[in-house]
Amino acid sequence: MLITTPKQLSTLTRELQKQARKAAKTQVLVSMGTCGIAAGATPVFEALKRAVTARGLTDIDVLSVGCVGLCHSEPTVEIVDVATGSSTIYGAVTPEQAAALLDGQGREVKKSWYFPEDEANTENRMQARIVLRNSGRINPERMDDYIARDGYQALATALTGMKPEEVVDLITASGLRGRGGGGFPTGTKWRIAAAQPSKEKYLICNADEGDPGAFMDRAVLEGDPHAVLEAMVIAGYAIGASHGIIYVRAEYPLAIKRLQLAIGQARERGLIGENILGSGFAFDLSIKYGAGAFVCGEETALIRSIAGMRGMPTFKPPFPAVSGLWGKPTIVNNVETFANIPAILRKGAAWFKRIGTPGSPGTKVFCITGKIKKVGLIEVPMGITLRDIIFGLGEGIRNDRKFKAVQTGGPSGGCITEKHLETPIDYDTLKTLGSMMGSGGMIVMDEDDCMVDVAKFFVQFTMDESCGKCTPCRVGGRQMYRLLEKITEGNASLADLDTIRDLAQTIKTASLCGLGMTAPNPVLATLACFEDEYRAHVVDRKCPAGRCAKLITYTIDPELCTGCTLCARKCPTGCISGKVKDAHVIDQTTCIHCGACFDACRFSAVCKK
Amino acid sequence: MACSGCGCKERVNLLEVYPEKRRALDEYIDQLPLCEDMERQKGFLIGCLHKAQEIFGYLPLEVQECVGKRLRLQQSDIYGVISFYSFFTDQPVGKYKINVCTGTACFVRGADKILDGFKSALGLEDGQSSADLKFTLSTIRCVGACSLAPVVMVNDRVYGNVTPKMVSAIIKDCE
Ligand SMILES: Cc1cc2nc3c(=O)[nH]c(=O)nc-3n(C[C@H](O)[C@H](O)[C@H](O)COP(=O)(O)O)c2cc1C
Ligand code: SF4
Ligand code: SF4
Ligand code: FES
Repeated sequence: MLITTPKQLSTLTRELQKQARKAAKTQVLVSMGTCGIAAGATPVFEALKRAVTARGLTDIDVLSVGCVGLCHSEPTVEIVDVATGSSTIYGAVTPEQAAALLDGQGREVKKSWYFPEDEANTENRMQARIVLRNSGRINPERMDDYIARDGYQALATALTGMKPEEVVDLITASGLRGRGGGGFPTGTKWRIAAAQPSKEKYLICNADEGDPGAFMDRAVLEGDPHAVLEAMVIAGYAIGASHGIIYVRAEYPLAIKRLQLAIGQARERGLIGENILGSGFAFDLSIKYGAGAFVCGEETALIRSIAGMRGMPTFKPPFPAVSGLWGKPTIVNNVETFANIPAILRKGAAWFKRIGTPGSPGTKVFCITGKIKKVGLIEVPMGITLRDIIFGLGEGIRNDRKFKAVQTGGPSGGCITEKHLETPIDYDTLKTLGSMMGSGGMIVMDEDDCMVDVAKFFVQFTMDESCGKCTPCRVGGRQMYRLLEKITEGNASLADLDTIRDLAQTIKTASLCGLGMTAPNPVLATLACFEDEYRAHVVDRKCPAGRCAKLITYTIDPELCTGCTLCARKCPTGCISGKVKDAHVIDQTTCIHCGACFDACRFSAVCKK
Repeated sequence: MACSGCGCKERVNLLEVYPEKRRALDEYIDQLPLCEDMERQKGFLIGCLHKAQEIFGYLPLEVQECVGKRLRLQQSDIYGVISFYSFFTDQPVGKYKINVCTGTACFVRGADKILDGFKSALGLEDGQSSADLKFTLSTIRCVGACSLAPVVMVNDRVYGNVTPKMVSAIIKDCE
């Protein structure tokens, strides 16, 4: 059905809300994002459906929803009492257990971690949900679910009650900063594009999410695609663009499917297309796919990629807001930035500014992964401390190991150690700590992780992903990698550490785009915080964390060895000798440090040093 | 181009061997709003290559030329794009594409061991395909399921919390 006026939309919203209250007493929500499905949510969903049908329960609605962020307990099922709104979440559900959940039996997940309905109340709760407010609450494939939760109301307000300048003013007043990494004020950017006289302008949603170890944009697109569409129409209205493009990475098939579905639905309802809600404003949307190049997340490269070229960044200025796609004014915003827009329009700039810190209002979605007990997707107000995230929400380090560092900002960021865990984090404080917000990946590392190895990993990543346009990035990155390789193989000298610092400065100053300019950050940050560890590799030829294979010596303790011969049979080079029931010995000259003997021995007789 | 069907080393022209696939590609291009403006026409290239790779499995020269002719683009434009983006390949790939995630989260949780496991189980290096074109082993940078790290993606299916012990089971799952 076409929605042609704001009044029709409100009527529909009220009707859907009434229907929802009447239809089902209980909602059973199965979290089915990519990660939920990988963890086995599909058979659970089917088992629940079967159980409901078999018992003839007509007042229970089983829904497939987006990611709720409880990745550590996936697959999760939430059972909601519609009348009171109270709910119980069950984790690690198997298809066999699924039916028992309907009787209230299962492994409950502690709710302190996650409050779904806390948009209004953020006190005493670590999480606050603005961006993820619908994710895990609604069926992302049903537009009515979104509308029932006041979806597209913000669009109606903007199109029929506000002038484009007023929308820009509101976003400026809210202090919203771009969530794609740089933290540039969104309102300011929009104002530049809005001021361009060009009739043809473009609006691009950056859903390339290239930072490996971050998946919040995927969660939003899979869990609440309409929020992004609504925001894009609003932004188009504000800057005077009538074409929107979503540039999404091809590695996210489910997100692509849900976006396509959502666009089709919005078109059918007339919320994308000509004369939206009777306002005379027209906006149309299309999807473009990435093809596996990290640098295409950079906005000028992204624009070239949309234009069908190799995704190589171009010099700024001119900024895309002045001259972007096909030479026309173009705004590129991140998925999460967009997901904030409808809420700001509905609740006002003052409400938004009350959350977070004065310099960085609002919330940020983080993916906490690595050596943490509770991995997952969290949305927290800016200004929360890393300690609250890692030891509060994340419940500390796995297997009771010791915390070592947390990497934020992905390949452009740095690591933060114990010393700075109390710092309230926002765009500015993270920069002072030598890291950056980036897109929101947080990789927690423990004492078993070697920081030189981690730095090498990131440098290898940026080396592989450099577009090759500038020499400092293309060649410098490779040289940097070689130097780190030398260190991890025990062939470096202390002078190499100075060379690294030198080279890092050159790469930072002489590269064109953000990729090159920030590529040395992980090295500089680890070198600043863990110089001892670098020195141990160089001077003592030892890897304190026991990660760098070439620097590990494996020996067999004759006291503990039972002479079972297992290691000798596993050793790929046959360098272990010894008779049955006699202590075995490793020939160090031919050992390739693979660790097969260490993994094989059942008597802990192989020592690793 | 090597045959992608039975694995023989004969050079075959995919467009001639599979006319129905060629038709599917043509139909896709037919429905594009192609225009006179060459600059804008180029904007359809990456979409066409995605479609062509979906249809043919990879992008041999004759398929590239076919796309080029339809979009009126130079061969250099097309090859430039294919070689830039890691998603595109001009080599035949196996029926099962085993992608080991080597993103940060997976790296920290031991993706190297998983990759080694697949390398020795399949006897392939990163980026290689088996002679019978059953398997292709490659690495990928994050599939967005980092919470389940280490992650392996086989075609569209994602396996989470993979241990070296699971390697053979995953391979068996393909058969
Ligand atoms: C190498 C590189 C990769 C980037 N990758 C992304 C990305 O994956 N997603 C994203 O939204 N922004 C990415 N950015 C930032 C974009 O260039 C751009 O600043 C951002 O999309 C603007 O949106 P925002 O103002 O809403 O943050 C990247 C930047 C660089 C230099
Ligand atoms: S800094 Fe690196 S990625 Fe960026 S334009 Fe230069 S070569 Fe390309
Ligand atoms: S596996 Fe362990 S116990 Fe057996 S021979 Fe080797 S070192 Fe000795
Ligand atoms: S790092 Fe492997 S899925 Fe993200």
